[in-house]
Amino acid sequence: MNSSTTGAASTGVAPHPTPLAELVDITKTFGAVVANDSISLTVLPGEVHALLGENGAGKSTLTRILYGLSQPDSGEIRIDGTTTRIDSPADAMASGIGMVTQEFSLVDTMTVTENLMLAGVGIGRISRADARGRVLAAASRVGVTIDPDAIVETLSVGERQRVEIVKALFHDCRVLILDEPTAVLVPQDVELLFESIERLTADGLGVIFISHKLHEVTRIADRVSILRRGKIVASRPVSGLAPRDIAALMVGAAALVDEESQALATSIGLELQDTHTTPPDPDAAPAALPDAALTASALQPSAEPALALRGISLGTSTSTVLDNISLSVGSGEIVGIAGVSGNGQTELVSVLCGTLAATGGTVRVAGADISHLDPAGRIRAGLGRLTEDRKGSVIPTLTVAQNLVLEDLDGFRRGPFLDRRAIRDHVAGLIDRFDIRAQPGDPIRSLSGGNMQKVLLARAISRNPRVLVASQPTRGLDIGACDYVYSQLRTLRDAGAGVLLISEDLDELLGLCDRIAVIFSGRILGELPAGEATHESLGLLMTGQRSEDAA
Amino acid sequence: MNFPLFAILAATLTIATPLVWAALGAVINERAGVLNLGIEGTMYAGAFCGFLATAMSGSLWFGVAAALVSGLLAGALMALLTVTLGVNQHVAGIGTTLLLVAVCNFTNRLLFSDGSQTTTEKFDRLLPGGGLLSQYPMTYVAFLILAPALWWVLRSSGFGLRLRAVGENPEAADAAGIPVAKTRYAALILGGALMALGGSFLTLSLLGSFTIDIVSGRGWICIALVIFGRWQVWPVVGGALLFAVADALQLQLAITPLFSDVPNEVLIAFPYLVVILALAIWGRGVRYPGAYLKPYRRA
Repeated sequence: MNSSTTGAASTGVAPHPTPLAELVDITKTFGAVVANDSISLTVLPGEVHALLGENGAGKSTLTRILYGLSQPDSGEIRIDGTTTRIDSPADAMASGIGMVTQEFSLVDTMTVTENLMLAGVGIGRISRADARGRVLAAASRVGVTIDPDAIVETLSVGERQRVEIVKALFHDCRVLILDEPTAVLVPQDVELLFESIERLTADGLGVIFISHKLHEVTRIADRVSILRRGKIVASRPVSGLAPRDIAALMVGAAALVDEESQALATSIGLELQDTHTTPPDPDAAPAALPDAALTASALQPSAEPALALRGISLGTSTSTVLDNISLSVGSGEIVGIAGVSGNGQTELVSVLCGTLAATGGTVRVAGADISHLDPAGRIRAGLGRLTEDRKGSVIPTLTVAQNLVLEDLDGFRRGPFLDRRAIRDHVAGLIDRFDIRAQPGDPIRSLSGGNMQKVLLARAISRNPRVLVASQPTRGLDIGACDYVYSQLRTLRDAGAGVLLISEDLDELLGLCDRIAVIFSGRILGELPAGEATHESLGLLMTGQRSEDAA
Repeated sequence: MNFPLFAILAATLTIATPLVWAALGAVINERAGVLNLGIEGTMYAGAFCGFLATAMSGSLWFGVAAALVSGLLAGALMALLTVTLGVNQHVAGIGTTLLLVAVCNFTNRLLFSDGSQTTTEKFDRLLPGGGLLSQYPMTYVAFLILAPALWWVLRSSGFGLRLRAVGENPEAADAAGIPVAKTRYAALILGGALMALGGSFLTLSLLGSFTIDIVSGRGWICIALVIFGRWQVWPVVGGALLFAVADALQLQLAITPLFSDVPNEVLIAFPYLVVILALAIWGRGVRYPGAYLKPYRRA
């Protein structure tokens, strides 16, 4: 084990212990998207290394590479200072790397012991008693009690996660990757998990801990690295850092950024000025808009806000997902909702769209109560939506044209049949107006993310909604497509509709919104006019601290 | 009343024998996540190939070997279709059955078109005069060796654990380093062999000859028995005995004067009705293997 291996040994007395695992210059691209851009990361014995970043920042890709589920395009992995190829989870396990993902890979109908025996089982006789003893030994190493004879499907989520951790340790793992382990846990189980982690690191194990929750990072991690767009933009020891310092690191990183986001920010700025001068609608004053397609319903000035939420709640007796959310979006206004993902945004959008029933509260669109309408009724009432998951909003095998009219088939009927000519004209008009780069007959799954988003925008906007709920509308899009989405949202706003923009991207929110509300743990923690909102003030709210507390 | 209880019980064990072989083969298949509707055709192929090889070679053991090989091949065909090619399991299974039945009938007509159906020698019952215990060798093997062995394999061997993991959660099995496709091939080939041997019991032990439609739906009954027995070895054996006792009873009633007015067709349908009824009562709300009917492809 102490045999001098490569370069590291020759540098004399090492200032640090040899890292258990080291990722060096890892780059991984998926098509045009750079998921990991020359990332280097180390895990020391006894260290909890937290990874933070937005969805899509590259955390999962990085851990999948370390666990052998994905191969890097370039870069190398060193285990105990030795360069090692990890081509499969079996290689990873052999190198002492274990991973617990959010989706457990347990066979529900088997006992805990049987599940733990699966890896490496031969075909001959098995010894349950022997394995049972090893299960108990591994469990006591983690400091948890599990019944080795329990059938997995009878266990709670927290217990199953403990089984997964014990499973990783069953094969002498020395680096444990925990991918958002607390996302599925109730608070008591989170505390148990942290105790287990502390026990393991005291034992010399290294842990890679992925989380969205800053207070967890300060509670458990020794070092935190922040990923943004596939790069590590900050990495430092956690000791002495408070959640708000990490938030500052995150937004600071977002503010200085790589050239890419600079360009994005600039483009937003430019667009802001452009909207008053560019051709499409020269007199952009809402009342005098010449674009006939946009005038219909949205224009009439109304005393009622375009969208009004009153006391929206969602939860069970044991957990609260949305807590008394009240918010209004006026006509001709873009209101943003900022927040770290997983704080209730997805559920809020589902409640608004009518795919999830709230346990309390009302939703009004232009004064009309739509709380008890189904999704189709809400669309008719003037609620447009761009959902977070683009692919979940289209039927992949249908064509662009079919998807464009899918929600309005009644408007394209002649007797019991579809009026093909009306559909063709309507679709041709939308493709032209929204600059969709596809033929009407192309299956929609063949479109790029940006083009698909154009289709969805066209579908929502062509209906002249009173209010558009746009959830993460630019996630995964390139800069050009982002710009396009921004300009469409502004045009809609200028035409007098309301827009509710839910996003994790602070630059986007600051560039577009008239007001920004911050959601944390299912509550609206504060609301700031765009003029007063800054990265810092929003970042503070996003960590769950009201600005008065901080002052 | 002179009720021939022991004769009925002895007949029950005999009648249950091919069902036990084939249904346990189906248990192996389905525990690995594959529904093998090729079972009827595989039994038919086993019955025909066993008969044909015995008729040609004059050796019963050669017949058993031929039946075994036909089953291995039928299982391999199912594996190719459902595991490698990912074909819908219903379509693949019914197609396999249609193919095998047709090939056997065609070959039978080519060889024996003059109507001169050969009769071959057949296995003798052991312990002649032993009453209930006087049975064919394959009956002893089915109850005393096959069923206990399979029960042990599924419960206490690494192969059994792999099989169950692959049939319940192939993603987890794959993550644990278990080769999903190989395991399913092994299950289908082994299961096919048991099905074909079950079929050969009809020609090599019971009749000593081959007749068209000799399997007469026993394979389909096995599919029902496996669900009835919830993929567990002993309950499936119990289900086979239930069908067999109903069948033996109906055979006895057919020669009982009191029932001479009952149409023969009604009596023949009786055991099938019993299984359908049993399935309707105990076969609901059963928990199927997690990966039942699902081809596995790595994400």
